Amino acid sequence: MRFGVIRFPGSCDEVDAQLACQRFGEAVILWHRDRDLKGVDAVVVPGGFSYGDYLRVGAIARFAPVMEEVAEFAAAGGIVLGICNGFQVLCEAGLLPGALLPNTSLRFIFRQVELEIVSVDSPFTGAGESGQRLSIPVKHTTGRYYAPDAELARLEAADQVLLRYAPGENPNGSLNDIAGVCNEARNVFGLMPHPEHAVDPLTGPTGGLRIFESIRAHIADRTGAPA
Amino acid sequence: MRARVLVKPKAGILDPQGQAVERALPALGFTGVRNVHVGRLIELDVEDPDRLPEMCERLLTNPLIEDYEIVETEPVTS
Amino acid sequence: MAAAGAAATPGGSPIARTSDGIGVSRYRELGLTDHEYDLIVSHLGREPGDTELAMLSLMWSEHCAYKHSKKLLRRLPTEGRHVLMGPGENAGVVDVGGGLGVAFKVESHNHPSAVEPFQGAATGVGGILRDVFAVGARPIAVLDSLRFGEVATSQRSRYLLDRAVGGIGHYGNSIGVPTVGGEIYFESSYEQNCLVNAMCLGLAPHDRLIRAAAAGPGNVLVLLGALTGRDGIGGASVLASAELGEGDEAKRPSVQIGDPFAEKKLMECCLELLDSELLVSLQDLGAAGLTSSSSEMAAKGGVGLDIDCARVPLREAGMEPFEIMVSESQERMLCVVEPARVDAVIAVCERWETLATPIGEVNDSGRLRILSGGDVVADLPVEILVDDCPLYDLEPAEPVGVDMYAPAPAVLRGDEPPAATLLALLGSANLASRLPVFEQYDPVVQSRTVRRPDDADAAVLALPTGEAIAVSIDGNGRRVACDPRRGAAEAVYECAANLACVGAEPLGLTNCLNFGNPEKPHVAWQLTEAVDGITEACHALEVPVVGGNVSLYNEAPTGPIFPTPVIGMVGRLPDPARAGRLAFAQEGDAIALVGGFEPSSRGSELAKLRGEAVAGPLPECDPAAVREAHRTVRVMVNSGALHSAHDIAEGGIAVALAECCVAGGIGATVTLPNGLDPFAEAPGRAFIVSGPQSALTGLQIIGRVGGEALVIGDALDIAVAELHRTRRGGLAKLLQ
Repeated sequence: MRFGVIRFPGSCDEVDAQLACQRFGEAVILWHRDRDLKGVDAVVVPGGFSYGDYLRVGAIARFAPVMEEVAEFAAAGGIVLGICNGFQVLCEAGLLPGALLPNTSLRFIFRQVELEIVSVDSPFTGAGESGQRLSIPVKHTTGRYYAPDAELARLEAADQVLLRYAPGENPNGSLNDIAGVCNEARNVFGLMPHPEHAVDPLTGPTGGLRIFESIRAHIADRTGAPA
Repeated sequence: MRARVLVKPKAGILDPQGQAVERALPALGFTGVRNVHVGRLIELDVEDPDRLPEMCERLLTNPLIEDYEIVETEPVTS
Repeated sequence: MAAAGAAATPGGSPIARTSDGIGVSRYRELGLTDHEYDLIVSHLGREPGDTELAMLSLMWSEHCAYKHSKKLLRRLPTEGRHVLMGPGENAGVVDVGGGLGVAFKVESHNHPSAVEPFQGAATGVGGILRDVFAVGARPIAVLDSLRFGEVATSQRSRYLLDRAVGGIGHYGNSIGVPTVGGEIYFESSYEQNCLVNAMCLGLAPHDRLIRAAAAGPGNVLVLLGALTGRDGIGGASVLASAELGEGDEAKRPSVQIGDPFAEKKLMECCLELLDSELLVSLQDLGAAGLTSSSSEMAAKGGVGLDIDCARVPLREAGMEPFEIMVSESQERMLCVVEPARVDAVIAVCERWETLATPIGEVNDSGRLRILSGGDVVADLPVEILVDDCPLYDLEPAEPVGVDMYAPAPAVLRGDEPPAATLLALLGSANLASRLPVFEQYDPVVQSRTVRRPDDADAAVLALPTGEAIAVSIDGNGRRVACDPRRGAAEAVYECAANLACVGAEPLGLTNCLNFGNPEKPHVAWQLTEAVDGITEACHALEVPVVGGNVSLYNEAPTGPIFPTPVIGMVGRLPDPARAGRLAFAQEGDAIALVGGFEPSSRGSELAKLRGEAVAGPLPECDPAAVREAHRTVRVMVNSGALHSAHDIAEGGIAVALAECCVAGGIGATVTLPNGLDPFAEAPGRAFIVSGPQSALTGLQIIGRVGGEALVIGDALDIAVAELHRTRRGGLAKLLQ
């Protein structure tokens, strides 16, 4: 399969995401000004500080030309994964519900956290098991997930929360310990932890492998190709 | 026109910056301070002030988490 | 228009020394002595003009000219078989095999950080990153060495720590370069003069390395990056070369503001320009801005330059030529480009939303000429800027019979039981866990980090060759204050010991010499002794110095800082999967003491807590024995025989054992060799290692891993959970 990883000015983890994707298929970089998604099967909106995080995290990146294509791709059922800053961009773009607010500590925080898979009913968690723990690092200043009460209740009812911080592990004050949510159609997923930094035993725990594995299995199922 | 847009966290949303300031002021002897909120000021010269609300809704703020106020407009002297 | 002829002064009225003293006060205010000004006039054959004087005063400042340290620094060994670029370039480079080089350098940003800690520390990181990508290397890691006053008692020091750490994180995290290590110490001598030293490492194929020398008359000088504003005007001489005193608030406007987003684009842009082979040379703009970067490029290439400062894109209207020439606006680079390639350069820069402006030309005049529109505002021989500043001999004198530094207030009486002493040490600001600080940095971006802070004594970064490099930064000002020569040598040994613990062999080092006013005899003595100590240790370990930085005049009205040489060392290891860890790992493992270890309590952390004098001598060191101990540990780590390796540093063997227990979440039972003081120190010489008994044959076994407590003979028995709690809370509670 073929992943595309977007590069905005200020992206930092796009090469990391590309390296992680390459463990599961081909992975190309998509330039923010280009409207061409190069025929990829899945788009990764990576971490970093797109456009310096100026004005508001993700606020400017969502208007990049490539994001118009991503919106169309998503509307057609294409697989879109937003990591950290990518999650913020997807929320700003309205492709995912809610918003990310500054951590309650007001500080940048790097921490290896334990996550729990809440729902395996998605292209991003299908290879895991419900309740399974994943060790993945977080690193952000603006990662406190927020949605208004009614919206939150609807998300929970619709099983759109795919990942939660394990009890006691919530690093940023996210409502309901939410670490990652998907859209209603379940083909767009955003999370604050960095699965691309948890795929290589040489550099740390490998909880992120489950996410990429799930995407590959989903694409393989869909196209009928062997996983 | 010179316009100023004041952006602040929506009422009811946890505002740790505001809380931090609210905690710090009494330490400096400023008592009797409540309801501190920290937001942003965006200053801009615009040809058509009528379009300001649209700018606010689409880019300058995130309506889900922020309220805004267009506080003053005055002619630009250049 | 300036008139022709040698005696004409460009740029309007000369600054003659008038009888009313106005001219005198101007050059003195700019930091030049009467003698230096006379030298300038005699070299030029005339009085310098305004712009010229501004440029010369900066180039002749301590910060740019190293006039009090250059002669001394010549003692340091700079050659070695791994050195690809030595001192004098933007950063030193060592060969790491497979056609790759690692560029690295440490630099201070002390005075700007004392004035505005967030921006000072942030731009310190920004500056050292530019030094590294200026040689064509992609920055792959940042480390920091920080010193503040006593955070336990000083609110100002807590503020400086909090903001400086925030600034480092803000810049490093946003630009996508991991912060993989560092060190922080708190001593009252840094209360008014905090130290913020930042080190950066970069990676480049040999054939992408580029030097700063301008070349090729007719080639174009192109300024890249941010607009030029009034940031840091006079920064180099006003901020970096004078002691800080009362009224520093007024200096706030001249502190530079950092924009990591602009730097990120500038960095990607420069690396793409180098990959496309579009540049002849590249140089960053640091202290003294365009003046220093252009004159150094010209000097290195033996050429002249014409710069039209009217073409420099400005952020503020109405800037004078001298302001443009000395502005320290951040995120700018200067490059030399062949005329036919200028359009291609501009196209790459547009893609990265980075401004590129041709501002001048290379010629063979040997002069730096500054134009403003049609006027010549400065016309100086390049050598007067770069080479003619007088170098001063230090006049060192060892202070006899006086303690230069007051002891810290005693917090221990000295009759506490060993368990209480160990807990006091582990909870002290200097030895407590650095987690509250390191959590504010991203250590993993770029997917190379094999050992994060707290995993091991040195950071380990995997290379594309399948091998890895290790890096450590170290320095202990109090020990150097006790005994400058041995204390400085110890910093080198300790860095190398840290590398040994992960299995790396040293390739080269960089240093940052943070000292007080070198015109004072006792500071001159500290500096001289410290350089000699570093030199001895470098020879002993066969590690060359490939670059560095000097920060002098770190003084407050209460006196100078502890003399603080900071050493950053880079090494290479064959197999990242076997890189050592410090944590005790397995129940039943044997624990061994490696290396000759004859520590003393002088200068130790315990001596500090007991309020003892800051006085030497420190223990002697046998270089051959140190080398052998390092080799033993390195070889065993590389062979995979060990489960853990940790050097014995501050707090002595008891603290080292406690750190291994806490990191592993497992206890240990140890019997110390007869007469060994559990808290005495001799850094850099000895190690605690653990592994299967059979693997440690021939070593001095002192105990066994296991249980839930650290037990040292009859002396102490403390639960690991309590060690952990105490160590974790020591700094965290001060940062809330």
